[in-house]
Amino acid sequence: MRIRTLAVGLLAGSLLLTACGKEGTPASPGGDASGANTAALPTYTVAQNVDLAGSPVFTKIKSAGSITIGVKDDQPGLGFKDPTTGKFGGFDIEIARMVAAGLGFGEDKIKYTTVDSAAREQAISNGQVDLYVGTYTITDKRKALVSFAGPYFQAGQGLLVRADDNSITGPQTLKGKKVCSVTGSTPIQRVRDQGLTEPGNIVEFQKYSQCIDKLQSKDVDAVTTDDAILKGYAAQDNTMKVVGEPFSKEPYGIGLNKNDKVLRDKIDDLLQASLDDGTWQKIYNATLGKSGSTATKPTIVKY
Amino acid sequence: MDVLLNNLDLFGPFFLTTIELFALAAVGSLVFGTILAMLRVSPVPVFRAIGTAYVTIVRNTPLTLVFAFFVFAYPLLNIVKVSYFTAAVVSLTVYTSAFICEVVRSGINTVPVGQAEAGRALGLNFGQILGQVVLPQALRSVVPPMISTLIALLKNSTIAGGFSVSEAGAIRSYISERGDNQMVALLWVALGFIILVSVLSFVQRSLEKRWSVAR
Repeated sequence: MRIRTLAVGLLAGSLLLTACGKEGTPASPGGDASGANTAALPTYTVAQNVDLAGSPVFTKIKSAGSITIGVKDDQPGLGFKDPTTGKFGGFDIEIARMVAAGLGFGEDKIKYTTVDSAAREQAISNGQVDLYVGTYTITDKRKALVSFAGPYFQAGQGLLVRADDNSITGPQTLKGKKVCSVTGSTPIQRVRDQGLTEPGNIVEFQKYSQCIDKLQSKDVDAVTTDDAILKGYAAQDNTMKVVGEPFSKEPYGIGLNKNDKVLRDKIDDLLQASLDDGTWQKIYNATLGKSGSTATKPTIVKY
Repeated sequence: MDVLLNNLDLFGPFFLTTIELFALAAVGSLVFGTILAMLRVSPVPVFRAIGTAYVTIVRNTPLTLVFAFFVFAYPLLNIVKVSYFTAAVVSLTVYTSAFICEVVRSGINTVPVGQAEAGRALGLNFGQILGQVVLPQALRSVVPPMISTLIALLKNSTIAGGFSVSEAGAIRSYISERGDNQMVALLWVALGFIILVSVLSFVQRSLEKRWSVAR
């Protein structure tokens, strides 16, 4: 009997220990947990009687009565799911809401599905999601598999370090430092290919939040990925800061089915309209803009 | 074929890491698992209890949790810094040992009690009976389940891909970012594993033939 109690105690203890290493994201003051200023967010008018002849995806979502949008749920300021309320918020989420409204689907008709980076192409081409809005960089190779509307945001690779660390100021100062990013992601492949740090100092996890954990426990010295994602973390927790100039161009697009030019053109129009009437700027100011940095408006590229 | 040829720089080293992970963890868990099995059949109640507790706890814990413990919680204890590769080998060894222990123990159960009694009658102590009479026969009779456990270990090693070890399980994430078709990449990864498992099956067959015990 004593042994069993001991065993249960050990098991519970080990579970607790592992729980410590899990992603815990403190809510930021003056907004919801996603880091967004909910009060300043624009509202979107739901379009009536939208009809997109020749769009297979639109026909499908129209008959389903709801739209499924693939998003990220662990990127504060961009796509983040509040663990207490279960609500999604952030820049990407607002773009998704705006586009859905333009297609005739209000907030109650949107189903958010969390899709990790590595599963995006498959989720789109299998039809598991109708649209994907989640820090999805437009590249020529990806265009062979899916289509992109946008870009709706212009990001670039940046570096996030501890606020009291002044030894890292840009990509050229990474030598001998431990650098973390998501497994196989473009930023970490760039660090490896350009030899910015030694191969033994490259650390890869499945989620950025795990890298952030490691940064705070000083097991790594820098987290690298798109500056938009890093700004989201920095805006939420002032023990970390983004350093240096962005050293790549990452235009974010809305991923959708490859064979749906009609829908793509429609979304491009909706994005263009939001850039023109100031909705885009409002969304930025209420979400990522809270980190204090400004953003240049992207130019929609129709193809 | 393109997906494989374009990314040979991934498939080669990553599968090599998988094989290294497997080889180290296999040796580790065979040794540690056998020791655990000896604990579980020992005449000392405390040893038996330790063995039983270990198997009960580890066998009921998901492998990802074991990994998460060694990668995220263990470093906070500030004991000895280990690399992520070492952490992966330790996690896989800790986990697989519990299964190897039970395989070895089931082998020990196949050896007739009379043999141990005969050994005692000859004046052998517990260690000698176990090491020279029971274990050699036990290991011979458990080749198939032992290899099955090792095959499971080989495939479980893909979890390390999520914990900063660049092995076969991480190939898909890389391919996805490079923009090649990841379903095709997955088929190549699967083929790689089929080849590795075939090698293990071959080892199993030849060991079975050589070690078959006539009863």
